[in-house]
Amino acid sequence: MDRETATPEETEAVGAEVAARLRPGDVVLVTGELGSGKTTFVRGAARALGVEGPVTSPTFTIGHVLPGRMEVAHVDLYRLDSLAGEDPALLHDYLTPERVAFVEWPEAAAPAFDRVTARVRLEHLGGDRRRIRIE
Amino acid sequence: MAYGPGTRDGVILAVETSCDDTCAAVVTAGGEIRSNVIASQGLLHSRYGGVVPEIASRHHLELVDAVTADALEAAGTGLEEIDTVAVTRGPGLIGALLVGLSSAKALAAVRRLPLVPVDHLHGHVVASTLGPEPIEPPYLALVASGGHTFLARVDVPESYTVVGQTLDDAAGEAFDKGARLLGLGYPGGPAIDRLAEKGDPEVFDFPRSAPGELDFSFSGLKTALLYAIRDLGEGEADRRRPDLAASYQRAIVDALVSRTRAALEREGLRRLAIGGGVAANSELRAAVQALGVPVWVPPLELCTDNAAMIGGAARFLRPLPYPDYLSLDAAARIS
Repeated sequence: MDRETATPEETEAVGAEVAARLRPGDVVLVTGELGSGKTTFVRGAARALGVEGPVTSPTFTIGHVLPGRMEVAHVDLYRLDSLAGEDPALLHDYLTPERVAFVEWPEAAAPAFDRVTARVRLEHLGGDRRRIRIE
Repeated sequence: MAYGPGTRDGVILAVETSCDDTCAAVVTAGGEIRSNVIASQGLLHSRYGGVVPEIASRHHLELVDAVTADALEAAGTGLEEIDTVAVTRGPGLIGALLVGLSSAKALAAVRRLPLVPVDHLHGHVVASTLGPEPIEPPYLALVASGGHTFLARVDVPESYTVVGQTLDDAAGEAFDKGARLLGLGYPGGPAIDRLAEKGDPEVFDFPRSAPGELDFSFSGLKTALLYAIRDLGEGEADRRRPDLAASYQRAIVDALVSRTRAALEREGLRRLAIGGGVAANSELRAAVQALGVPVWVPPLELCTDNAAMIGGAARFLRPLPYPDYLSLDAAARIS
């Protein structure tokens, strides 16, 4: 499915739409350039899953676990390209059967995901406009 | 100091491994820093040798004993003179936190010492209560680092209340990602700071986002930089890099300072402390001086991650007696 959004709020709404179809254990990979709206998309999805607190970029700590109706793991592997040889168990701390997981910058650990429910790709269309491809 | 319940007696050994620096320090209950050892990548290459992965619990594991021994030696003391052990419990990288926590537990348990688990951010908030001219509450703290950006009200040093925070990226993350877009190295803050000195901060008008009452947002700024670079084209963007860096830095600093000014006003506070790695930024350090209130700007080694601030916060907290802390777990996020 292909969507175009004109505001961050619309990007959040697409996130919410995707979230509605997720079950515990599902993993969603979210790709796109810097500033393309990955965290915004995940924020919308997390809100739809009952997360109330801030949904901020997890770049620095690799991942956040957010309490909601079910737990949401928000993982970001942006820094992993400089972590060659990192223990793959790093991901096991976040990706569990009880949680829905969103993984930003998943490229660095692509082979490590055995259950990918959806792949979301965000692209800049200029200004606040974005194209969101969901497979 | 006449503060509430806390570790007011004796000498504290503090350990901090929340991210990629291995840190240990010795501080006294009175706020004297007797040693503050930080093994960052730069230090590691020169002092300990070997290539160090960016962030890995492994490297903490290899270094934590040596760094702790260094901190004790630099303080001219030994474990037998330590009264309390303090350690960062979170937030941070779980694997990294666990190394420091396990090490601190072992150090404490061996001598049946009490242990104080510390919130890393509390450490940044009270960093300026250390040293010869400590800040006294009430004050406002601006903490801006690679992982966190928030404003906190401090009425008593044993706690803090967040009054504003970033809704997306941390300020330090904005520096890092901006630096990546500009083709500069990591960490991005110092790289942009240096390049910005040669540029004109008025050339590019990047957005200053001001969401909520006292919150921050830096993700739109990152996108604006990306578009500016694209619009200029590769060659021109390369020639204008100093101006881009200066304008980008100005936008981050403006956002931090304007929110800080608003928070001082709304909270009716007359003193400001800044902390976190971004507090090392030269433009921010200069800009906060114009806020019209006394400002505590810690030395660089108390801005970036360090264990002295963890010991500093521990002074105000109730220690856990042996063996109550043995089951303590690390917390990636502290609510």
